[in-house]
Amino acid sequence: MKLKGGATAERVEFDMTPMIDCVFQLVVFFMLTLNFASDQQSEAVRLPSSELAKPADTPPGVTITLQLTQFGTVLVGSEETPFAQVRNALLREKTLLNNTPGKNFKMATIIIRADVKTPTGKVQELIRLCQEVGFEKFVLRAKESRV
Amino acid sequence: MRLLKGSHASEKVTFDMTPMIDCCFQLIIFFMLSLKLLSPEGDFNIRMPLAAPSEGVPEPDQLPPMKVRLTAGAGGRLTGITLGNRELATFVDLRKQIRELVGDNPGPGALASTEVELDCDYKLDYEYVIRAITAVSGYTDDKGNVTRLVEKIKFSPPRKAG
Repeated sequence: MKLKGGATAERVEFDMTPMIDCVFQLVVFFMLTLNFASDQQSEAVRLPSSELAKPADTPPGVTITLQLTQFGTVLVGSEETPFAQVRNALLREKTLLNNTPGKNFKMATIIIRADVKTPTGKVQELIRLCQEVGFEKFVLRAKESRV
Repeated sequence: MRLLKGSHASEKVTFDMTPMIDCCFQLIIFFMLSLKLLSPEGDFNIRMPLAAPSEGVPEPDQLPPMKVRLTAGAGGRLTGITLGNRELATFVDLRKQIRELVGDNPGPGALASTEVELDCDYKLDYEYVIRAITAVSGYTDDKGNVTRLVEKIKFSPPRKAG
């Protein structure tokens, strides 16, 4: 096919506006879905699922998340701690809460995220350890499953 | 001071978009790689009165707890469910029994006075505990509405490992 000679000399310009719009939309989307609390959800712990485990409407307030792996180690925050040293970590958290203005360790709820294969006795031992340090409120966390 | 010379005033000003687009693509790649899709999670409240003396004294209208015993076999697998003295085959049966005992519309007073105590073997896999708690806590109907059965759940003192 023969091209017309007049068209070859024209400068072709692309309109970048739609592409830039899309790129900004993508940036905003990924920024908003970025999860900053991922240290409270370790991939080493596979949570059991339950159809009644619904996300709470209101945030629980002061919380300490303890993640119990199937091998018996505990993640306090993002720090992996042998079971024997959990007491020290809890005492540290307790002191930290007591030194925070407007907070008290009695206000804290212990969130237990335990692996599906963790022995139940280990979970109970962890709860007992928390009780010995002085914590009183406990919740067991599970993954929401569809019926 | 005169900024523009007469000869440049009629020229078309063009911006070089390349650096900005480069930055945007870098940002997209960063956010895409750090994206972590998380499934929603929920909590079950448990009462642990052993070390909490204020909760250890039973309330006057408190009924004795319904005892659910879960036994474990090799590898932490569930081998038996017992509600009181009644042996049950599955967690569906456990829920059915709890529904018969508590009723489908227990009301807030009944919810507060009914309690379940879980007595589990040490080596039982934790997933069975959550399944038991789910069975006694309530159920979801076809329309997705949740009916609550028992809200007070506690553990028996831990059994010895062995």
